[in-house]
Amino acid sequence: MAKPITYYLRKDKMPHIWCEGCGHGIVLGAVLRAIDSLELDKNNVCVVSGIGCASRAPGYLDFDTLHTTHGRALAFATGIKMMKPKLNVIVLAGDGDLAAIGGNHLIHAARRNINLTTVCFNNSIYGMTSGQYSPMTPTGKMATTAPYGHIEEPFDLCDLVFAAGASFVGRGATYHARPLSRLIAKAISTDGFAFVEAISQCPTYFGRRNKMRNALAMLDWQKEHAVTTKAASKLSPEELADKFVIGELGTRTRPEYTKRYEDIIAAAAKETDDNV
Amino acid sequence: MQRSGNAGPAVNSRPVIVNDRWCKGCDICVVFCPKKVLERPEGGKAQVVRGEDCTRCGICEMMCPDFAITLVPAGDKMESRFGRLGGNADA
Repeated sequence: MAKPITYYLRKDKMPHIWCEGCGHGIVLGAVLRAIDSLELDKNNVCVVSGIGCASRAPGYLDFDTLHTTHGRALAFATGIKMMKPKLNVIVLAGDGDLAAIGGNHLIHAARRNINLTTVCFNNSIYGMTSGQYSPMTPTGKMATTAPYGHIEEPFDLCDLVFAAGASFVGRGATYHARPLSRLIAKAISTDGFAFVEAISQCPTYFGRRNKMRNALAMLDWQKEHAVTTKAASKLSPEELADKFVIGELGTRTRPEYTKRYEDIIAAAAKETDDNV
Repeated sequence: MQRSGNAGPAVNSRPVIVNDRWCKGCDICVVFCPKKVLERPEGGKAQVVRGEDCTRCGICEMMCPDFAITLVPAGDKMESRFGRLGGNADA
């Protein structure tokens, strides 16, 4: 790392509010290392978040940051990107914020293919409000609002976002912090909508209710259940049933939204000039 | 400012610095360190106990959820970054 990580932190706001062993700090560290590896100027980075545990992240970062309303981080980020297309706009949001309350913003940002980087801190639970199930809670797991086990199927967020039209999707995990950081660096470099799902751990509300006593037990679970894209290609769907795949899951080249908008402005200006 | 218990003279035998004010004692660094450089007393914060075994792999710094661990690059006297006492003067 070229600069110490504290260079990117608002040190007077630390220590952060996250519980002991919470994976969000590891994901945030991976984001900062990705920014550092790309040598982005602090003044050209804007970090936007919504509401939730993960959305507290920008408060600790020494960039231009925005802490917005629940689920609407992508809507605010879209506005920033349209006004200042040169900025690197990064959205940090939890699984509830992105998949439930902000679900429509997520699919439409992907559909437009606007050049934003979105990192989903997926801890499978609403941590800030004491552990209600989210759209990412796996079937059969316990939550405050699912005391006998969750009966719904979770989203595959990466599939959802790629199907909606994103340029880049990938999944990482806090246990694999270094590959996660490389994945986020690729996402930031992508010209178009880039989405990274980071599997994080909530020992306080998810772990304790699901027979994982602390963060270490949850990291062990990640170690045992993560499969790289290369290994996954050799496994049958049955073998992959209780696993999650990490790595780059999809890339495609599509026209980017702000560029299309600039083109239409140029075309409209030309037409006006011709008529004068 | 609370003085870090791990602060000491800036020497290369101290490859890892733990910020006591930020550490929440989750034990991730203690378990992930391949050389068992770090330990944590019951109810306390992580401490460097076998600094001479450290290979500067950086796993502790990367896995710390609290940004409490700073890896000192080999040959870095730390004075420019952390002041003469080596602790977390800027934290």
